[in-house]
Amino acid sequence: MSTGDLGTPFRQRAGGAMQDAFLQEALTIATTKFIGLRREAFAGFPDGESLRDQARAIKEATLQQLDRHLETLIANVERLGGRVHYAATPAEARAIIVDIARASGARMAVKSKSMATEEIHLNEALEAAGITPIETDLGEYIIQLAHERPSHIIAPAIHKTKGQVAELFTRELKRPAEPDPEALTRIARVELREKFLQADIGITGANFAVADTGTIVLVTNEGNGRMVTSLPRVHVAVMGVEKVVPSMSDLMVFLAILAKSATGQKLSVYTSLVQGPRRGGELEGPEEFHLVLLDGGRIAQIDGPLREALSCLRCGACLNVCPVYRQIGGHAYGYTYPGPIGILLTAMMEGTEAVRDLAHASSLCGACLEACPVRIDIPRMLIELRREVDDRKIAPWPERVVFALLARLLQRPRLYRLAARAGRLVQRPFVASGRIGRVPLFFGEWTRTRDLPAVAARTFQERWATDRELRG
Amino acid sequence: MTGRRASLMVTCLGDLFFPHVGVAIVRVLRRLGVAVDVPADQTCCGLPLFNSGYHAEAAAVARRTAALFRDSEHVVVPSGSCAWMVKHEYPGLLAGAGLAREAEDLAARTHEFSQFLVRVLGVTEFSSTVPGRVTYHDSCHLLRGLHESESPRTLLGKLRGAELVPLTGADECCGFGGSFAVRLPEVSSQILAKKVANVEATGAACLVACDAGCLMQMGGGLTRNRSKVRAVHLAELLGGER
Repeated sequence: MSTGDLGTPFRQRAGGAMQDAFLQEALTIATTKFIGLRREAFAGFPDGESLRDQARAIKEATLQQLDRHLETLIANVERLGGRVHYAATPAEARAIIVDIARASGARMAVKSKSMATEEIHLNEALEAAGITPIETDLGEYIIQLAHERPSHIIAPAIHKTKGQVAELFTRELKRPAEPDPEALTRIARVELREKFLQADIGITGANFAVADTGTIVLVTNEGNGRMVTSLPRVHVAVMGVEKVVPSMSDLMVFLAILAKSATGQKLSVYTSLVQGPRRGGELEGPEEFHLVLLDGGRIAQIDGPLREALSCLRCGACLNVCPVYRQIGGHAYGYTYPGPIGILLTAMMEGTEAVRDLAHASSLCGACLEACPVRIDIPRMLIELRREVDDRKIAPWPERVVFALLARLLQRPRLYRLAARAGRLVQRPFVASGRIGRVPLFFGEWTRTRDLPAVAARTFQERWATDRELRG
Repeated sequence: MTGRRASLMVTCLGDLFFPHVGVAIVRVLRRLGVAVDVPADQTCCGLPLFNSGYHAEAAAVARRTAALFRDSEHVVVPSGSCAWMVKHEYPGLLAGAGLAREAEDLAARTHEFSQFLVRVLGVTEFSSTVPGRVTYHDSCHLLRGLHESESPRTLLGKLRGAELVPLTGADECCGFGGSFAVRLPEVSSQILAKKVANVEATGAACLVACDAGCLMQMGGGLTRNRSKVRAVHLAELLGGER
């Protein structure tokens, strides 16, 4: 399933995901593992809590002077011989990158994992321009072979079991593959090694960009990021404008918590620091380096209700702990960024209308806030989005009527008592030993899988009003 | 202990569906020498309206609820989520009406039931009304909103005649989430099914929680599955002082 299925209501997309036995198996195994690894990583790291506070403070301070930090970054990248481009929209970003690729005569582009390039739907644009994009992160490689989109921010193929990947490789690569992760990785390495050498252009995202030094930082585990940034003649990095950090010492704070939150690692296997194109005397590196700064709805939120979401490190921790994500996976959300933070980012990029239903895809349990390395108050912003959906009357009218009635009822105790009495009358045919089994209409959604408690024969307040013994 | 006064905020779910929980709380507190009153004309804290984004309406409900408890020495609430609403959301909601200070004051006087016993009264030892194994589910708002995981466990751990056994995934949501449970009933039900399986695996006679919403969800799931495990509020288990 991908963004093409947005014609189906969210509830049905979620229902479909829950019918997919492979998805359910893969999700349960992967999210449970991530939760455990993250917990262990922070349990053995007493400084973790204060570093999280520091990281958040750095993000806040940076946002307050984002233009200044971006100017510093641009100046330093250019000083190092790189070129900086600014894209207000995904379409502009696509056009810029396609132009760079065309100008360099590129036929093939190798990519390391990047959510920003997913966000701008870059691969389709490259293909349309006759340039073959090759994903080189194993998870991205898998989903590219399967013609799918990532279902998790850091584990794009989290929805697939190893058995499914083996079948995919056997079918698409015409190589008999066993459902063994190491064997599958070996196959992908052999396939990809050729592509690294053939590709004319390497495209990456950026986990951070250090303004003071003009350094692009890539946090990866497979080493493909290094090949993408060093072997092709041209390197293009695409990043959201909020990814800039002021200095190297700021960067260290983020690196100390990012991998722990994402995969439970102390550090990722590779942390690549890239500074501009190859300079005189250097043995490797691209001849050209381009940095594409993407707005895509971010700038408007610096003073907007979703400001906090601009601190997101894209670690995926909130997805792993989210009870909703754990049932439905990423594709059912329908947009590039899934999970709790994904709902906020979707609202940021696509507008509030897009999240009319998604804003309610949360029990507000708060697990996301607890797991977030920079303590983004996701539940609060989801409630704010719901408020906007209500205020702007985007919410369906029957819902607005129900809540308007509820609001009246709760402000008028006599009406409230009357409703309790009415409830007792209406429920009478359905009550057995104090419980209500399956009922139609309004409570049908509840009672299909759960009993409903019956309105008590006497409410507490009715008892309190008349029961001398209870009043003491 | 004598001389303390507490007002019970029974909450809408407590009033309509779980009156025996309110009765149990009154009896527990009275045995401890606390004078209990129940301000009349209570309805709801307004959390369902607030969480669905109807904030003007929630503020109106909050305003009248706050007024009912203006003179209470302590306000005791059987549900962590309602206590969280009063303590964390009332000040912001009522600031617009110029009642921020009153709301802050009410927030400081408001306590979830287990917190009131352990952290205000300092009482932790009771005998159990139902002997046997019990297990405990952390309600989200109590755990992550009010940062409380200890008080209920202290009470259950010391409960004479009962044995507290751990619940796998105790800190994971039960799938209630207010209107979430009916907006996305399939997702809510699958979360619940996993919770019920974990509860069954404990071999406990009682599943204890400190939130009427979770009890409604988990209790409904347990009885529908003809489980032998009963979902109960903490107050129902607390008999005489040990």
